[in-house]
Amino acid sequence: MEKTMSQESGSELDVERIKRDFPVLQSQNNKMPLVYLDSGASSQMPQSVIDRINHYHQNEHANIHRGVYTLSEQATASYENSRSIVAKFLNVADSSQVIFTKGTTHAINLVAHAFGRAFIGEGDEILISHMEHHSNIVPWQQLCEEAGAILKVIPITDEGELDFDQYEQLLSDRTKIVAVTHVSNVLGTINPIKEMVSVAHKKNVPVLVDGAQGAPHMKVDVQELDCDFYIFSGHKVCGPTGIGILYGKRELLERMNPYEGGGDMILSVTFEKTTYADIPAKFEAGTPPIAAAIGLGEAINYLESVGLDNIARHEDMLTVKATEALMQIDNLTVYGTAPNKAGVISFNVKGVHPHDMGTLLSDDGVAVRAGHHCAQPVMIRYKVPATTRASFYLYNTLEDIDRLVMSVRGAQKLFN
Amino acid sequence: MSSKQMYQEVILDHCKKPRNWGTLSEPTHKAEGINPLCGDHILVSMNVVDEKIEDIQYEGESCAICMASGSMMTAKVKGKVCAEALDMTEQFRVLTTEPDGADRGEGLGSLAVFSGIRDLPSRVKCALLPWHTLIAAINSQTEISTEGDKDPVPGSGTKKG
Repeated sequence: MEKTMSQESGSELDVERIKRDFPVLQSQNNKMPLVYLDSGASSQMPQSVIDRINHYHQNEHANIHRGVYTLSEQATASYENSRSIVAKFLNVADSSQVIFTKGTTHAINLVAHAFGRAFIGEGDEILISHMEHHSNIVPWQQLCEEAGAILKVIPITDEGELDFDQYEQLLSDRTKIVAVTHVSNVLGTINPIKEMVSVAHKKNVPVLVDGAQGAPHMKVDVQELDCDFYIFSGHKVCGPTGIGILYGKRELLERMNPYEGGGDMILSVTFEKTTYADIPAKFEAGTPPIAAAIGLGEAINYLESVGLDNIARHEDMLTVKATEALMQIDNLTVYGTAPNKAGVISFNVKGVHPHDMGTLLSDDGVAVRAGHHCAQPVMIRYKVPATTRASFYLYNTLEDIDRLVMSVRGAQKLFN
Repeated sequence: MSSKQMYQEVILDHCKKPRNWGTLSEPTHKAEGINPLCGDHILVSMNVVDEKIEDIQYEGESCAICMASGSMMTAKVKGKVCAEALDMTEQFRVLTTEPDGADRGEGLGSLAVFSGIRDLPSRVKCALLPWHTLIAAINSQTEISTEGDKDPVPGSGTKKG
């Protein structure tokens, strides 16, 4: 019998124990134990996060920053405690630079709108890359249309890396911001953010980092990266949906006007004039998703108890093993072969449309993503309509990869 | 029925040997159908004489479900009058999207296998694309899409059973 990978040891994590922390991963899909390989789209929540959110709803719920009664003060304290946890997670010196948003998309729109209005005018340039998610393309396009600015795009190589020389050349006197992803959600490429920031800062250009695929998978230190904005989503770091984070440098956040107006973001309001609150409240109009913010804090506690470096190493091991095993399949192409890659593998098997692949894998209980992954320019770059994507997280095992590979082989056999 | 069974029973046969594959050289009616979400792109061409579909061909690039649906559709509507073809399209929509579709799709014969698509809401549009393109061809719309205002049957692809 052929030896499967799960019979070989490989990881320092006690993945079986970790897996038991996640109720969804104990479930069956199509009468098979679920193999969840779509954490790039949304990760699962451990029991501790679910319990924390329930505890809030059952014992602590009240609106924050308003009531003078105990319950409201308790809710406020939990919410603000979560902000401190996030600040520590990203190594932000002062937690007022951490803004709760609805998610990554909302946070990028916030910056495109507020930063754009403050700093971007006609003929100015915004520099993004060819590997961006639509959420880091469309808000900038909208801004360009409104402001008469120009969108410039850093090209990528066949391996899926940013063309650094081109990047340096594209940074011009008119560039007002660079907006780039930390990790490509399709190709898995980890971009050299620190170097990119350093080059941009020499020309006084601020850099926004879309960390939706970065923060879940590696230790992020915004002071070391020196980026001006760092953004990520709660539901990709084992937290709930509806919550995201915008970190921004104080001097920029202070010079930007609020994105949305309403309650909680003001100092005083009269019909003649409104004075805005300081950061972070200035950017948190209305009642926020309190439970989700608290759940995010608990999710970060969970990830840190496992250790971000351990998670990164584990994913690295899974990615290497999965790539090796998939590459042994005839007529299978992997898109994105950068040496520095996170736990994402996009692939196609000749003669099997990725949507058919996704459906057939699901029959075997294997959940992957099939489609353009909200990154149509990447699909165009590699001349494919769509790809199948497997993405890994701390709870995935080598057995999961065995099941993936077996199922891909099964689908291929069916079509031949 | 599992997806695999559905593929094995009908879809793969039509996918590997699609019927009426190609494009007629001088069609009286034709239309292009695209699903921008997955990149499916098909072309339906017909010769319609006195309301009767004398000949029909289709071709394109798509997933297996779309391809099989198109192949079976051409076999089904060839020789029928346009009104009958439109009626079948409606039956097929009911079959693939309505909760009791399986019981109401008797007139569709072998196409009944597509009732399983109701359990895969994300794939309904794949199965419907050839039929939507057929409607467009009959109405001599030149291009339809499963998305936006070029969708001749708005919302039909997203309805869940």
